[in-house]
Amino acid sequence: MTLAIETPRKSRVDTLLGDIGIGQVLLAVALLLYPAIASDFFLTQIGGYSLIWGMIALSLMMLAGYGGMVSLAQITVAGLAGYMVAIFGENNSNVHGFGWPWWVVVPIAVFVAGIASALIGAISARTDGIYTIMITLAIATAMYYFTQQNYALFNGFPGFTGIRAPDFLGIYWRDPMPFYYLCLGVAVVAYAAVLYCARSTFGLALQALRDNPRRMRALGFHVTQHKIVTYFYAGLIAGLAGVLLVWFNGRISPGTIGVGAAINVLIIAVIGGMRHPIGPFLGALVVVLMQTFAIDIVGAERFNTLIGLFFLAIVFISPDGLLGLWGKLKPHLRQESLRSGP
Amino acid sequence: MHIHRRTLLALALATGLTAPSLALAEDTIKLGILATFEGAFTVLGEDGMRGAMLAIEEANGMAGGKKIEIVKGSSDASPDSAVRAVRKLVEQDGVKVVVGPLSGDEGIAVKDYAKTQPDVTFINGTSAAQDTTLRDPAENFFRFSTDGAQWMAGLGTYAFNEKGYKKVATVAEDYSFPYTQVFGFMAEFCKAGGTVPSKSWVPIGNKDYSSVIAAIPDDVDAIYVALGGADGVNFLTQYQQAGGEAPLIGGSITVDQTVLSSKGKMRDVVIGTPSAGPIADTNDTPEWLAFVEAYKKQPDAFPSPSLFAHGYYINTKAAILALDEVGGDVSDGGKKFREALSKLSFDTPTGKVSLDKNRNAVADMYLTEVSEGADGNLYNKLVKVVSQVNQTLGIPEEEFLALGAVSRENPSCP
Amino acid sequence: MSVLDQQTAGAGITKRQGWGIAALLFAAVMAWLIFAIWPDWLNDILISKKAFVSSIFNGITLAGLYFLVASGFTLVFGLMRNVNLAHGSLYLVGAYIGYEVTRLTGYWLLGVAAGFLVLALIGVVLQVTVFRRLEGDDLRQTLVTIGISIVAADLMLWMWTGATYQITTPEWLDGAVKLPIITAFRSNGDAVYINYPFYRLVVLGVAIVIGIGLWLLLNKTRVGMMIRAGVDDRAMLAASGVNVHAVFAIVFAIGAGLAGFAGVVGGSALSVAPGEDVRYLLASLVVVIVGGMGSITGAAIGALLIGLAEQIGLVYFPTYGIVLTFVIMVVTLAIRPQGIMGKSL
Repeated sequence: MTLAIETPRKSRVDTLLGDIGIGQVLLAVALLLYPAIASDFFLTQIGGYSLIWGMIALSLMMLAGYGGMVSLAQITVAGLAGYMVAIFGENNSNVHGFGWPWWVVVPIAVFVAGIASALIGAISARTDGIYTIMITLAIATAMYYFTQQNYALFNGFPGFTGIRAPDFLGIYWRDPMPFYYLCLGVAVVAYAAVLYCARSTFGLALQALRDNPRRMRALGFHVTQHKIVTYFYAGLIAGLAGVLLVWFNGRISPGTIGVGAAINVLIIAVIGGMRHPIGPFLGALVVVLMQTFAIDIVGAERFNTLIGLFFLAIVFISPDGLLGLWGKLKPHLRQESLRSGP
Repeated sequence: MHIHRRTLLALALATGLTAPSLALAEDTIKLGILATFEGAFTVLGEDGMRGAMLAIEEANGMAGGKKIEIVKGSSDASPDSAVRAVRKLVEQDGVKVVVGPLSGDEGIAVKDYAKTQPDVTFINGTSAAQDTTLRDPAENFFRFSTDGAQWMAGLGTYAFNEKGYKKVATVAEDYSFPYTQVFGFMAEFCKAGGTVPSKSWVPIGNKDYSSVIAAIPDDVDAIYVALGGADGVNFLTQYQQAGGEAPLIGGSITVDQTVLSSKGKMRDVVIGTPSAGPIADTNDTPEWLAFVEAYKKQPDAFPSPSLFAHGYYINTKAAILALDEVGGDVSDGGKKFREALSKLSFDTPTGKVSLDKNRNAVADMYLTEVSEGADGNLYNKLVKVVSQVNQTLGIPEEEFLALGAVSRENPSCP
Repeated sequence: MSVLDQQTAGAGITKRQGWGIAALLFAAVMAWLIFAIWPDWLNDILISKKAFVSSIFNGITLAGLYFLVASGFTLVFGLMRNVNLAHGSLYLVGAYIGYEVTRLTGYWLLGVAAGFLVLALIGVVLQVTVFRRLEGDDLRQTLVTIGISIVAADLMLWMWTGATYQITTPEWLDGAVKLPIITAFRSNGDAVYINYPFYRLVVLGVAIVIGIGLWLLLNKTRVGMMIRAGVDDRAMLAASGVNVHAVFAIVFAIGAGLAGFAGVVGGSALSVAPGEDVRYLLASLVVVIVGGMGSITGAAIGALLIGLAEQIGLVYFPTYGIVLTFVIMVVTLAIRPQGIMGKSL
């Protein structure tokens, strides 16, 4: 939450926080019980998939919402983790596939993602605000072309197929129910980590950097370093999501990390809202539902126009996304605020 | 959050979240059709759909005594989206028979998915990658259309023997489908004694071919070009602008109708270009003519069916014929149905089609050459029918597999 | 020359002189590479003289095209701090309009004019209806441009389908010209000259003319003065009584118009198809990141670097040719984050 910084808005934000205290509990119960009512398809294709995209968008939200760094390369970072899983784990493309156990592969993948993200941060963090969006878009595209052309490491255009989630504790983690709970578990950890981070000294300093880098520099903060470390943390989250994504799809190819996907992450984060970590998940759910059922409702042909217009409407009407919309509506719905915190 | 959760529940109920709607009635059978209905390939996907509809209408919308219920799945030609769409068809809509997808790597992705759904039967659309059926195939994936290497049957030999080209340079896009086409061409051409001293692999997305053209050695007899759509048009125009003199040899999608009907000045360089593929514009067998007539009755049809309409037609037709045979019964996990499919052999507008042991089609191929018609339009004149081409191009399977998977370097005969 | 320079000159050559000598040497080598008859060993290394010279020429002419697109992008950014990620869409819309007008009227020049004018109009409309509302909010402006580009791409796909179009150029632009560059001698002693498409040379010429025109506009006219003042300090310009919005609208009209113009010109050289919007957007992005945001000269330098890198890469290492341009970008950012001609951040 940004309450420590945005004093003028304090009262409103405070109520939102209090509300979310209860809301979070209810949401957690709902999410835990969701498998009881949902079919396998809704468990993985909607539930798991939304959680995965929510996490990738969450890593963007962390950078953009708290640090003011809108990075379009988060899908690149996630994809890199996915590629690591394919290379060090098993695949059936007959390229690499060292077959290392998942508890070696996953930490490697996530760590590589963190480092890659930090590198991207190092390249782009020296420049200012709006430059970041351009530079990261260019980096994401460069990476897309590189994976497409490189056969030695990334197996070029076809990428890797036949990647399996691990069998562990006698459970095959790609089965619908375990996979959903796996995604949920990881997402909750990521969500809590971002919330915690935002309230820590580190997070508060980050938000201060966003609002006034010069003053922070004068106060003796290493602005660039601080940003790069944030990129590293965001990279870890995106990396985790990338591992889940590659288990989900069972495959990864340059198309997974193309420009369209990069923009998609941004759309999700913006639609959901970037002021609270729940926003990206909300956005992901909306976008995934639209993506899946557009063909039954309006036909697939004009799906992009639909989502584009929706996105534009959100940007115009509610800069804080659906979450902001909810924040605007809430006072009308409930007069009294329920405060749980101090 | 209350509201959010409630809406979610409402949505869940509204969209049938609780379970995939179980078989509605016993007298219908669901047929999933997966094609590209979004993105740059929309037009091709829609033409594929026309082909599928044609097959269904021919059967009066019935298969095995049951009414066919069509469920469409849409991808944007990326493998990820194809798998998502086919998952929805199978896991949400409860489809037991899927026809599709359209493009090569989608095919491989769907084949991999097929392995996880042994009770569902997958029949290809027009996807033409070799390894969809050749290496590591799925038991329940069938392809009644042919692959990109088969499409080239006869072309290499024709170029060497009839045209007298001994030395050929290739220009193609840098991904698997062109690799397969170049492979199909070179397999024959090199065997006949020709050499290919220079292969240019142009990264996808590049539109400016002038430097590539300049780098082609001057002393080649011809240039083999496997570029489709915008890339094909760009290459041909720039080749003409650069005053290119070496004759061309075309891949299956290089000199198709979309390219030939372009208004540019590249027509001078394409006349006389030999090419090969699963269909030919000037095929004048009664079966083909009847097919074209029927096709033209479809809404918004092209003047002549594309190979996408053709591929989806054949595969849908095969599905219906096999369903007829088993009385539309796929309740046993589709076992009988798949058995019927494997044994199926039927006459199509382009000759007899049957399957090999990897469930890949053995079919006739058409060798064509671009000529100018009486009306001044360009079209692909049929030169020769290469009958019953199998996936290993007539080479014994052992030997063929030993050639290795297609890539930038394979095959090679400098 | 300062005293300091002279003093160091005594000790050896100054840094500046060193660079000058290096540049001269480089120019001499290039001139030799282009005009001399190559010995065999050089042909072996660089494929052939024809390939080498063509890639250089193609690189330069492609740079001309990139410059046309990127100059509008950089101008808009420089003045309004607006990263217009819909710039590629403007290019493609221009190309389609140029195609339709040329097809309907039969006059290519009309198509070019329509591409410029219609897009300039669209630019003004966008500025007035969209960007003015979000003034001062860089991020939202950028997000809006992303939204616009998504919707525009889909609507164009709807209208013109995924087919490839070619804008027909008039007869007088056709054909190849013989350049006075000899690649080889035939066995009978005839010299083989390089043939180069005339149209591409025209594109280059047009780009140079427009570049000079823009420079003159910015440096020699009153409007240009206001634009430059706006780039330096927008608030101050407004405070001195200038109608900033009018200046913004003019700049946006020029920027969008140039994108549309480039669309028609580029669509005639290559072709018009979906996906070109993203391609040219990315090209402009890289060009202005390398050249420096907001600088016309920077856009020219960036375009030249990227155009050459792309074409040389395509011939000599096609596999990673596309990546090369991005490597240039990253190196530039590492050494000079603001770009070659950019003002320090």
